[in-house]
Amino acid sequence: MKLVATYVSGLVFGIGLVLSGLSNPAKVLGFLDLAGVWDPSLAFTMGGAVLTAFLGYRWVLGKAHPLFAEAFSLPTRRHVDGHLVAGAAMFGVGWGLVGYCPGPAVVALTLGHSQTYVFFASMLAGMILARWLPADPPKVAAT
Amino acid sequence: MTISAAFSPGSALVGGVLIGLAAVLLLLTTGRIAGVSGYVSRLLPPYDDRAFAERAAFVLGLLSAPVLVMALTRSEIPHVVTNNSGWLIAGGLLVGLGTVLGGGCTSGHGVCGLARLSPRSFAATGVFMAAAIVTVFVVRHVM
Repeated sequence: MKLVATYVSGLVFGIGLVLSGLSNPAKVLGFLDLAGVWDPSLAFTMGGAVLTAFLGYRWVLGKAHPLFAEAFSLPTRRHVDGHLVAGAAMFGVGWGLVGYCPGPAVVALTLGHSQTYVFFASMLAGMILARWLPADPPKVAAT
Repeated sequence: MTISAAFSPGSALVGGVLIGLAAVLLLLTTGRIAGVSGYVSRLLPPYDDRAFAERAAFVLGLLSAPVLVMALTRSEIPHVVTNNSGWLIAGGLLVGLGTVLGGGCTSGHGVCGLARLSPRSFAATGVFMAAAIVTVFVVRHVM
C-alpha cells in the first residue's frame, strides 16, 4: 500500500506540475524574468502549493504516525549552514540557466526531448559529485 | 513592467493546489517530505536505507503524469527549452550538485519546507529564488 500511495502522490504531483506550467522551462523563465515581459503565474502555483501543504501538514502531523509507516521521517536539522546556502545558490543558478528543477525535469523525460535527457544526465552527475564533498558543513548561524 | 499574455492564474493555482495535495498525501501515507531531489538522488548508490522501491514508485508517478494529462485533455503539453548543450550541462550539474548540497529543491524546501515553517527552508528558498532571478536577468538582459 505504501508503494501505491507513493506512486499516486508522484502522479498527482506531476499532474500539478504539468497543469501549472511549472514543467515548461519557458513558463518558469517567464516567471523569473522580472525585468522582462513578466508572467506571474507561478507565484500562484507556489502560493497555492504552500498554503495547501501548510493546512494539510498541520492536520497530518497531529496524528500519531503515518498510515503505512511506523513514524514520520521529517528532516531534523534546524540551523542554517554554509552547505545549505552554497547549495541553494548553486541550485538557483542552474535553475535560472535552463528553467528546469528536479521535478519538472523528471516529468519532462516522458515528453522525449533530447535536451531534457542532457539536462537530466548532468543533474545525476552533479548529484553524484555532491557526495564527494566533505560531510561536516561550517556553521553560519544557529537557530 | 509588462504582464505576459501567457499569464494563466487559474491553471497555475489549480496546479499548485494539486502539488500541495500530493505532498499532504505523501506525508499522510508514508511520513515523508515530497522533496523530488531527495527521491531522485537516493535512487543513486550508495544506498543508506532499503526504500529504493518507494523512491522508484514516486519517480514513476511523476513520469506517468504527462501521459495521463495528454490522454484526458487530448492535447500536446507545451514545452519550450533551450537547445544550448553548454547551458543544459552546466544547468544540470549545478542543479544536481546544489540540491544535494543544499538538502532540497523547489518542492522539498520551497513547498514542503515553507509549509512546515522550517527556518532552513526559508533561507534556502530565499537564496535559490534570488540566485535564479539574478541568473535570468544576467542571461537575458546583460549578456
